[in-house]
Amino acid sequence: MALITRGFGSKTHGRDTRLPPGQTQVDDWPVLTAGATPEIAQEIWEFTVGTEDGKTVRWDWDSFRALGLEDFTVDIHCVTHWSRLGMPWRGVSLDRVFEHVETSYDFVMAHSYGGYTTNVPLEELLDGQAWIAFEADGEPLEAEHGGPARLVVPHLYFWKSAKWVQGLEMIAQDEPGFWEERGYSLHGDPWTEERYS
Amino acid sequence: MIAHAAWHVATVSATHPETPSARRIVLDIPDWPGNLAGQHVDVRLTAEDGYQASRSYSIASSGDAPSIELAVDRVASGEVSPYLVDDLMVGDQLEVRGPLGGWFVWRPDPAHRPVQLIAGGSGVVPIAAIVRAHRAALDVTPLRLLYAVRTPDDVFFRSELDREAADPGPTAVHVDYVFSRRAPDGAPRPAGRLTRELLGELVLPPQQNPLVFVCGSTPFVERVLGWLKELGHEVDDVRAERFGGA
Repeated sequence: MALITRGFGSKTHGRDTRLPPGQTQVDDWPVLTAGATPEIAQEIWEFTVGTEDGKTVRWDWDSFRALGLEDFTVDIHCVTHWSRLGMPWRGVSLDRVFEHVETSYDFVMAHSYGGYTTNVPLEELLDGQAWIAFEADGEPLEAEHGGPARLVVPHLYFWKSAKWVQGLEMIAQDEPGFWEERGYSLHGDPWTEERYS
Repeated sequence: MIAHAAWHVATVSATHPETPSARRIVLDIPDWPGNLAGQHVDVRLTAEDGYQASRSYSIASSGDAPSIELAVDRVASGEVSPYLVDDLMVGDQLEVRGPLGGWFVWRPDPAHRPVQLIAGGSGVVPIAAIVRAHRAALDVTPLRLLYAVRTPDDVFFRSELDREAADPGPTAVHVDYVFSRRAPDGAPRPAGRLTRELLGELVLPPQQNPLVFVCGSTPFVERVLGWLKELGHEVDDVRAERFGGA
């Protein structure tokens, strides 16, 4: 075993090119939640998309998952400077969801059980960029990580990936969600470090 | 010289800023066999995940003491020099292999063959080792140094070179600076790059049969060697050390 030189390598070498600036790779999965952890049983879980004409598209547990579960592996980046790379997930692509939605609005507010909200432009949820996930690391999502289902938008900071997601509301103009109203970036691109507004 | 240079564990015993972009680093190496002026070492760094990087650095010191002194210039895009210049602390340990190199060396010379030293930028490090060895030995061999450097702020070993310049004695090294970007007030010539004409003025003439040492970036060394040949020097005898890519 060669002698290890203290501090060498932490920022001078081998920085994974998948790691955005200011992020450090972790192998565990830290839990960050604004409030209490809601417990939502599969039997009462539902997912809705509300549009401008007042219609609400609604699925229950089985009918939503029947839209098409797929495995996907993505990197996630938390604004608190940790990233997990190559994380395996299982869920339904929002492309499948929006096949059933008619809207002319360009922005989305995600709503969660417990009242959390976060805003994302619609075009950043389509074309394989976002999912409603039910499993991570090969296991059903635990409540502390947003189970039974959470939004996953891996190309944005992870506060956009709303835990305990309940539905999407189409909105005409971009509006701040929970954290966005509290000083975080409206958009949240980790590659340009859009952390705070 | 030394056929099987070994890896030695080195402990940082002192550091201090050399220039705004460079740092002097003193390494204690208990089993160091000593080195000649002009030799170099390989420095190896190992990260906690096992990743290793090694680079060659000239040694600014010489002699039998169980320590060596390096002067490292930060290469902005590098992975080793920014660590050595900005992060390394007293007490840190790294590995050193050497001493290496048997051609670019100078020993106190009973025959007193004149020596012309030509340094470009941080290429002054092994040249400084020769200047120091010359002084330590109180050798009266004539030494002349041509030091091409960007600005006065970029000069390495400033106080030691100033001492040589201020010493009227027979062991003093004559130092000429060529500042390429900015010259200090009162400099004998304005800032400008080294030219063949300037080289001809500032180096010992071929008639004195000087032993010539040239160290700098590869383009600097190649340019100087070409001019020395054109000026009539016997370049087969020149000791050259290059760093960086082509």
